[in-house]
Amino acid sequence: MNAVAQYNFAYLDEQTKRMIRRAILKAIAIPGYQVPFSSREMPMPYGWGTGGVQVTASIIGPQDVLKVIDQGADDTTNAVSIRAFFAKVAQVETTTHTAEATIIQTRHRIPEKALGQGQILVYQVPIPEPLRFLEPRETETRKMHALEEYGLMHVKLYEDIARHGRIATTYAYPVKVEGRYVMDPSPTPKFDNPKMHMSEALQLFGAGREHRIYAVPPHTEVVSLDFEDHPFEIQHFEEPCALCGASQVYLDEVILDDRGGHMYVCSDTDNCEERRAAGHVGALGADPMEAAE
Amino acid sequence: MYVAVKGGEAAIANAHALLADRRRGDRAVPALRIDQIVEQLGLAVDRAMGEGSLYDKELAALALVQARGDLIEAIFLVRAYRTTLPRFGYSQPIETGEMLIERRISATFKDLPGGQMLGPTFDYTHRLLDPSIVDGAVPEPVTREADTAQAPRVTDMLGRQGLMEPDGETDPDREVGDLTREPLDFPLDRDLRLQALARGDEGFLLALGYSTQRGYGRSHPFVGEIRIGEVDVEFDVPELGFTVNLGRVRVTECQMVNQFKGSAKVPPQFTRGYGLVFGQAERKAMAMSLVDRALRAREFGEDIVAPAQDEEFVISHSDNVQATGFVEHLKLPHYVDFQAELDLIRRMRADHDAAEMQEAAE
Repeated sequence: MNAVAQYNFAYLDEQTKRMIRRAILKAIAIPGYQVPFSSREMPMPYGWGTGGVQVTASIIGPQDVLKVIDQGADDTTNAVSIRAFFAKVAQVETTTHTAEATIIQTRHRIPEKALGQGQILVYQVPIPEPLRFLEPRETETRKMHALEEYGLMHVKLYEDIARHGRIATTYAYPVKVEGRYVMDPSPTPKFDNPKMHMSEALQLFGAGREHRIYAVPPHTEVVSLDFEDHPFEIQHFEEPCALCGASQVYLDEVILDDRGGHMYVCSDTDNCEERRAAGHVGALGADPMEAAE
Repeated sequence: MYVAVKGGEAAIANAHALLADRRRGDRAVPALRIDQIVEQLGLAVDRAMGEGSLYDKELAALALVQARGDLIEAIFLVRAYRTTLPRFGYSQPIETGEMLIERRISATFKDLPGGQMLGPTFDYTHRLLDPSIVDGAVPEPVTREADTAQAPRVTDMLGRQGLMEPDGETDPDREVGDLTREPLDFPLDRDLRLQALARGDEGFLLALGYSTQRGYGRSHPFVGEIRIGEVDVEFDVPELGFTVNLGRVRVTECQMVNQFKGSAKVPPQFTRGYGLVFGQAERKAMAMSLVDRALRAREFGEDIVAPAQDEEFVISHSDNVQATGFVEHLKLPHYVDFQAELDLIRRMRADHDAAEMQEAAE
């Protein structure tokens, strides 16, 4: 008997899955509200995406097609590891193509390609509480959410502007969901915030160490906090992707040498590969992977 | 030329193979057996069981070997296994008053019914490295039968005089909390708090306990009693209508006695901090009882002025599996967020430099 056979489909026992599904349903019913759930110890460390893994394990079925990304890429080690975990314990089909996936588990990015109806985006969340760095106490922040007391957050953003001339939050940029709860979008760059707004996909957020699940159902209003005279804006890159020539996408800066040489490449590897397959070419030529072989 | 990093899968497989090799070390040296670990590294096994919250010496020993002796990693392995186990129910409270005692000391009374028994302690050893233990023969120890009936808990003896706060009453219908099945909801009841402390990191609790002794939430503690030994675990089977003895576990119990000047509601008396840990884990049990007492500040109307008295702070950070995960996750890639910060710093720097140029020009 191999070791895997001792575990239930998708690792978690059905009792635990039911408990997590209940939390998910509650989260969907109250968009942006953090639902406490009894997080389990998982076979990967806290901080490696145990919340996302528990959410995915609870909703995945044999017919699902799973994509896992970390930093936008399918081939970062932790994405590889989580994908391999589900391929092993749930024997599901996996993919790197955004459009083919029914469930996409992500850390720190939202795919560039707009998600469609029936797709579920599962975020790995380290600190689910958007007010945590303003007020460390859970007992206090819970009260603030209940009373919709979000002044402190606006003061923080205002102080940024007063001190730095701009809002100095670049990732995990707070949003207001359906006009009620202020929510942490997980540490995605603020570049991705607009993609959450009125998305056709269901967005689920799992924070394992912090025992919280929250959700943004499809077609839900997600507004990044800002001021009339300092409207929310996303990052812009000076150069397009050096491989596929894409602009209007999020880019990673890659250091090429120790003399300041650098290039920008797509953070979303699947989007970049598809563009190159479709004939788009960036400044650094044909296909560097082939060239390297 | 930039080469997109591919092959994470192969890298992970190779890393695991190397890890297995380093764990095994020189193949000419015999591999450690699990029974050797259980017998000869018993206190490490006890710590893995205690903080892993699973009483199973063989599994804890296996975890220690698999973790190459890294205790927190071993505790994590035990926890990740424990969480997959079915839950039949909760045992009856163990009766430490009926413990088969191997060690029992009190710092508050010179002599007491049942006497003091040093047991297997490092306390009065001289810490001189002793190469002779490697292959030296060890004589059989002196033993005597513990007189269980004659060794009531020290706190019960003081309680009879009304000088000690009583154990407190619990509603018999109240279900015991279980932090492994329900998310923590602050403020906590004491049962959940003690559960969290019992599986909390020994080092963290030791430092917090120490801080109370140095004035950060002073609690005037005395060791009323420490006892180490085996207790019966009984399980109530509803179908049978009576309790079944499941076996014995070794535990360490510490009752810290603390001076209390009294408040509007409570007369002057001694109050208690409680520590109970699997196996022989005296340092942990003592630290736990200090922190437990400190965390009762709210209950006694004491000012909450020190970290050790702050329940959310202590309990949210006492779990070393959670702590190590979140600290160590910083080594995972964060380049998307870092890119966002890099962009911000560059823009702010450009503003700053432009402002300086402006100033210089004026």
